[in-house]
Amino acid sequence: METVYLLGVDGSNCSQRAVDYLIERAQHNHGKVLVVHIIEWSPYSFSTADENEKRHQRREQELDRAQKQIVGPVVEQLRAAGVDAEAIVSHGHVAQTLDRLARKHDVTSIVIGRKGASRLAQFFGSVASHIVQIVDRPVTVVP
Amino acid sequence: MHRYRIPARLKASFLGLLTVLLAHPALAQQSLDQKINQAVQPTADWVTGIIFFTIPLGPVSIPFVLVWLIVAATIFTLYFRFINVRAMKHGFQLVRGDYNDPDAAGEVTHFQALATALSGTVGLGNIAGVAVAVSLGGPGATFWMILAGLLGMSSKFAECTLGVKYRNEYPDGTVSGGPMYYLSKGLAEKGPGFAVLGKVLAVVFAVFCVGGAFGGGNMFQANQSFSQLVNVTGGDASWLADKGWLFGLVIAALVGMVIIGGIRGIARVTSKIVPFMGIVYVTAGLVIIFANLSAVPEAFSAILDGAFSPEGIAGGFVGVLIVGFQRAAFSNEAGVGSAAIAHSAVQTNRPVTEGIVALYEPFVDTVVVCTITALVIIITGSLDPSVDGVQLTSNAFESAISWFPWVLTLAVVLFAFSTMISWSYYGLKSWTYLFGESKGADITFKLLFLVFVVIGSSMQLGAVIGFSDAMILAMAFPNLLGVYFLLPVVKRELDEYWADLKAGRLQKTR
Repeated sequence: METVYLLGVDGSNCSQRAVDYLIERAQHNHGKVLVVHIIEWSPYSFSTADENEKRHQRREQELDRAQKQIVGPVVEQLRAAGVDAEAIVSHGHVAQTLDRLARKHDVTSIVIGRKGASRLAQFFGSVASHIVQIVDRPVTVVP
Repeated sequence: MHRYRIPARLKASFLGLLTVLLAHPALAQQSLDQKINQAVQPTADWVTGIIFFTIPLGPVSIPFVLVWLIVAATIFTLYFRFINVRAMKHGFQLVRGDYNDPDAAGEVTHFQALATALSGTVGLGNIAGVAVAVSLGGPGATFWMILAGLLGMSSKFAECTLGVKYRNEYPDGTVSGGPMYYLSKGLAEKGPGFAVLGKVLAVVFAVFCVGGAFGGGNMFQANQSFSQLVNVTGGDASWLADKGWLFGLVIAALVGMVIIGGIRGIARVTSKIVPFMGIVYVTAGLVIIFANLSAVPEAFSAILDGAFSPEGIAGGFVGVLIVGFQRAAFSNEAGVGSAAIAHSAVQTNRPVTEGIVALYEPFVDTVVVCTITALVIIITGSLDPSVDGVQLTSNAFESAISWFPWVLTLAVVLFAFSTMISWSYYGLKSWTYLFGESKGADITFKLLFLVFVVIGSSMQLGAVIGFSDAMILAMAFPNLLGVYFLLPVVKRELDEYWADLKAGRLQKTR
């Protein structure tokens, strides 16, 4: 069975550490990497009629920007290292959407970077800790 | 950059008014409100007289537009076999997102479309309008208001389904929908003769909608929120009492910052605070009702008795019915077509789903919120025919929670503000439908809109309410006439969808 990694990236340098870690892994076991970026969005937010009218357009722009600036460079980097990589950008609640995508693509494991552990993050729980709590498969958190 | 082109005459009159407003505020403050009032009142009375032509009915006369709204709502309810009852549960699932397509995450959801439409409808109609209803028609008006709200759900269902089905989707990804589009495009499908009719109805609708945007969606809001502000700061003795123009200028500046300045921060903050204020209002109402639980059965019997055999109400039974229906129509706007504009931005490939979601609009607005207001007024024994509008509601809440008028004032001003933002959008869509999409048309409408904020703050309630009702309710003539012709289209969409739903062909995503 092919090994498929889901790599969650947010464009920060902690994502870069996760990328470096994963290149080594994927090269080793010839795994495939899904590079995923989630744009924080809630279906229950409140908006004006004017915002709604332009929502579809704005969504396209957001997806395009994430693809070009966040996900695209990582995919390039992985491919340059000889790793099979695919890009996915989606809107939603970060942890829940990563969980949904992990199930949908039946990935072997999830790899994410972690921002520094500020006291606030320790108190409220970071995105990383939320993911660890809800997903049903192995998670690697790269510090 | 295009330069804004404003028609010279309009520019002159706008600048003229601005000069009047700004030139001698100190000198003119005593008479300015009256001057504006005197200038606008004859026009307002004239328009009101035409639109509210009445049918004599025994001792009283009933405005034809109300008959028009209620007959349509009843026919739609029967035609769609009580869609307002049978689709409630599914509507809730749709709003909750049970059927949201994960691949469409980031698009406008049913919840968002409904919330946006609601922020345009829930507002002063629920606070001031209900007070007007019970002070004119007694407790019984509540009964007819609730009934009108329940029937109105079917009107809203039909028009919002059509709004999505016939919306325009532009190459740049933006969408535009509403009665203008379904009247022209929908009727055109029926043949060349209908195409002309559809075009005419669409134009008439757009004209009334612009009027409604200036009237009920603007002047009424400005007027009533100012009235509450004066009331809470000391009534006639208040420093603000004769400064309607000043309040108008401040609100106009804030509205201008959002709709012209494009300052999204203000709109965003408002769109978050308004639902919160709505919850605060409903909670406070429920607290008062529960604190006086023993008075509730009596209140309900007063509502029922008053509905069928009122005492001392002008026009008796029919008089009460008219008052209740009128306030419900003004509050939830079912059949008027305004909400179809807001609902049409939703992401769905089944237009009827948004119609089903829209059932909740009159339900929340009229059946829930208006009833709470009415119950609070009746239970607290605040009913006093000499007190009018928002002050009556304020007195009722004050009698139970002494500091609540301040919260209510904030709620009223915020509701008014968000309703103005919504109606500026409805009005603008109609305006650009009439005059074409251009920077010039855009800015002209927005500047006029701001002028009406100031006028509305300075006028007496009677004239404003009359004019507001007239323009908003007039939208129902072209709108519902077109909807009658398009009923088979809605029916077909509904039947196909309902069959798919019952057969389990629709994918649940949670």
